[in-house]
Amino acid sequence: MSMIHVTTTINGVAQEYLCEADETLLDVLRDRLGMTGSKEGCGTGDCGACSVTVDDRLVCSCLMLGAEAEGRKVETIEGMAEGETLHPLQRKFIEHAALQCGICTPGILVAAKSLLEHNPNPTEEEARYWLAGNLCRCTGYDKIIRAVMAAAEEMREAS
Amino acid sequence: MVQVRIWGSLASATDDQTEVEIEAGTLRELLDGLAEKYPGLKPQLDRGVSVAIDGKVYNDSWFTPIRPDSEVVLLARLRGG
Amino acid sequence: MALDAKMDGKLDFKVVGTRVNRPDGIDKVTGRARFGADMTAPGMLVGKVLRSPHAHAKIKSIDTSAAEALEGVLAVVTRADFPEVELDEGTWDVLDNCMAGEKALYDGHAVAAVAAASESVAKKALKLIKVDYEPLPHVIAVDDAMKADAPALHDGRQVENVPEGMGANVVARYEFGHGDIEAGLGKADKVLERTYKTEATHQGYIEPHACLAQVGSDGQADLWCCTQGQYMVRDTCAAIMGLSQSRLKVTASEIGGGFGGKTTVFIEPVALALSKKSGRPVKMVMSRSEVLRATGPTASSSIDIRLGMTEDGQITAGFAELRYQGGAYPGSPVEFGSMSAFAPYDLENVKTVGWDVVANRPKQAAYRAPGAPMAAFAVESAIDELAKGLGLDPLEVRLKNAAREGTKAAYGVTYPAIGLEATLRTAKDHPHWTAPLGENQGRGVACGFWFNFGGNTCVTLNVTPDGTVNVIEGNPDIGGSRASMSMMAAEELGVPYERVRTVIADTASLGLNDVTDGSRVTFAVGLATIEAARAAKREMCKRAAMVWGIDEEAVVWEDGAARPSGPNAGKHDPMTLADIAAIASNTGGPIAGHSEINAEGAGVSFATHMVDTEVDPESGAVKILRYTVFQDAGKAVHPDYVEGQFQGGAVQGIGWALNEAYIYGEDGVLQNPGFLDYRVPVASDLPMIDTVILEIPNPGHPYGVRGVGETSIVPPLAAIANSVSAAAGVRMTSLPMSPPKVLKAIQTG
Repeated sequence: MSMIHVTTTINGVAQEYLCEADETLLDVLRDRLGMTGSKEGCGTGDCGACSVTVDDRLVCSCLMLGAEAEGRKVETIEGMAEGETLHPLQRKFIEHAALQCGICTPGILVAAKSLLEHNPNPTEEEARYWLAGNLCRCTGYDKIIRAVMAAAEEMREAS
Repeated sequence: MVQVRIWGSLASATDDQTEVEIEAGTLRELLDGLAEKYPGLKPQLDRGVSVAIDGKVYNDSWFTPIRPDSEVVLLARLRGG
Repeated sequence: MALDAKMDGKLDFKVVGTRVNRPDGIDKVTGRARFGADMTAPGMLVGKVLRSPHAHAKIKSIDTSAAEALEGVLAVVTRADFPEVELDEGTWDVLDNCMAGEKALYDGHAVAAVAAASESVAKKALKLIKVDYEPLPHVIAVDDAMKADAPALHDGRQVENVPEGMGANVVARYEFGHGDIEAGLGKADKVLERTYKTEATHQGYIEPHACLAQVGSDGQADLWCCTQGQYMVRDTCAAIMGLSQSRLKVTASEIGGGFGGKTTVFIEPVALALSKKSGRPVKMVMSRSEVLRATGPTASSSIDIRLGMTEDGQITAGFAELRYQGGAYPGSPVEFGSMSAFAPYDLENVKTVGWDVVANRPKQAAYRAPGAPMAAFAVESAIDELAKGLGLDPLEVRLKNAAREGTKAAYGVTYPAIGLEATLRTAKDHPHWTAPLGENQGRGVACGFWFNFGGNTCVTLNVTPDGTVNVIEGNPDIGGSRASMSMMAAEELGVPYERVRTVIADTASLGLNDVTDGSRVTFAVGLATIEAARAAKREMCKRAAMVWGIDEEAVVWEDGAARPSGPNAGKHDPMTLADIAAIASNTGGPIAGHSEINAEGAGVSFATHMVDTEVDPESGAVKILRYTVFQDAGKAVHPDYVEGQFQGGAVQGIGWALNEAYIYGEDGVLQNPGFLDYRVPVASDLPMIDTVILEIPNPGHPYGVRGVGETSIVPPLAAIANSVSAAAGVRMTSLPMSPPKVLKAIQTG
């Protein structure tokens, strides 16, 4: 099968890769680019563990083809911290013990960041509905929601 | 002699008694004594049991001491999630 | 040695009980943490499994020649490729579940596997394998599987105590209890008889099983995998592959949830066989559909209850007959259901009978307090219905009958100090209990019990030359246990938490550790960590004594330093851990402490849950409005992660109660092998889950710690059923309480 050549931007860095026509963006990220922070929990868009943003829109990278990233701007969990400095959401997740096993954490952080970009002052209910596409089996979501609300508050105060 | 409580479905191997007496000073002597006195218990002992001694659960520490007045209860081998 | 630790009466904790940041936090919020599927090796192949489309079929032949001939395929294995070795019955079942032999026993049962240069070639190769099946009649539901004329899965698997005449799928029988049921029921003012049913549910960890195997021609093998126990993986795979345990090194990855479902192996022996045959590293990652079809789930159940109560709420007798199907192999957790069903109560007359049944479904795996939630659903529903029928307060009835210190439990043991009554009293005094309810809303309570245990554990604690500390332990960290171990080591040594780093060893680097299960880790590994720290302290006191020229006995360890103590010790400045570490080389060599134990003495655990629900009378949909968990933790080492266990267990219980179920078609094929149709709770389904941690110290641990991980899933099924029954005005006796089921119950009254 002939490969497709793709030029894209991932976490602010220009990136080129070859992929098969039926290869998902998630497989490209994980298997071709070694960016294993995005996780595959289902492969069908039901669990959100593979969440990334493409041109600032939240998507399941398991539902998008690698070839579709041509000319787009992809953001993944690997681009969330700035060097050593964690994003407030990342910091609040640690402080609030919002993770147990941590497999859903990258996807939830990417989704929560997208929420706060769209809505810096969400209600608890809005946060719960925005994150309804991200499954967590360990925490019961309580500490995740608290961490997101705390990060939102800190980010509002800082801005 | 130690009084050992066994669970109901094992009683077919112990002449329908759910309390039996075994001469034992340790967990190992207890398990050996049970198998010897009631050979019908052996298949279950081989599959595995846990033993509660005075309310604490032991799995396989042979030399756990048992006093004559200890409460000893045979349990299905514990597993967890 | 067996270790029977004693509670020290230590109360002035400095580190234990605080809410420190977990050591793996940054790795996990940045995507750096490496889980099962995140590992690669040079020259690695992709392994894939071909699975049976039949619920039950004889495998007449398998032709792999076309697959083997495909460009890019380096190995194809079937059961014939596994060595002929003697295996005990349990391990044989594991092998047969990993790769079917004579028969495929359920939809999704592995029948062959390939290793190929790429995923797409591997998928193509699977399609080229020709399996000649002879489909056989199948059976799915537990009550059907028990019938004498049901299709039999196995011959000769019934244990000695199954009565003559039972169907071949009934493989074991358990009976527990004491007293006289009929006499007890005779004394009751009201007797309830009911049948309750629960469906199989999956542990639902978000990380599918994944592994990377490499077998060398010298017989040495390495395996990386996500598991709750790398030593269990080693021992099981070594037996199946005919390897000695020391030749197989297993490294546990970060684990993306387990809940009991990763206490066995599924693809690991297959990956080893493929690697052996191809001579290349082989990576295997399950799809979600494979996870649901071929791993986990828990047993489905059908339970009859007979319960008698006097007008003032005294339970006079309790009887339960429990039927659990645990999939295609013996070993459903019905004995634990039978032992735990009435464990929270002080009953004069109590009896449980449990039946272990096989059916054409995936082999069940442990799921958080295995077997207990279904039994508690039945018993706690019956108590609630009787109490309400007699006009009594369900919490008061539970308090009146609650097991206490000295109660002889239904499973035979006399309890030491336990925390059930404390959870009930706390629940009764909590504002939740008296908060007003609206129309179509109801409140339910239920209690739950789990045994907890200890087991084989090794810990090594190394003091580094710069005066910091490494704790090396052998249990995968499934919910923050590295933080807890570091905290206990820091507490014991009197050093700041930040100076201790805990790592998880591979199987070659530390002695045997039992699987991360039975809520054992914080208890047992904590115990070994404390012992290892105490050994290091003794050594450091010895070194200080050498420097000071005094007797070892005249040195004590206090506040992170060796200090002279006693009348003849003389005056010496304290030597801190860092001071002693710096001169370790001059005083006898490196300083380490270690502990190898078979930890006994884990304390049983109790919880009471309270939940408010609202039922939509138009659709039958249930909304969880408020939820409070009251549970005894003995001592909460890290309260955040104790709360996390309470909350996570409660929410898994909510899923079990309301949505989750394995759904089979007439053909015995699983109809919902994906997260769209196997619906676990999502954030918008739920309120905050409130928690109240009680601390009734476990006398068998120096800090009083009890396991907390499992008990929290025991009460929710019944608590929610009691709440929904109150809200809907009709008693719900079958799970899940999905909208159509609730609506039908409302309509038919």
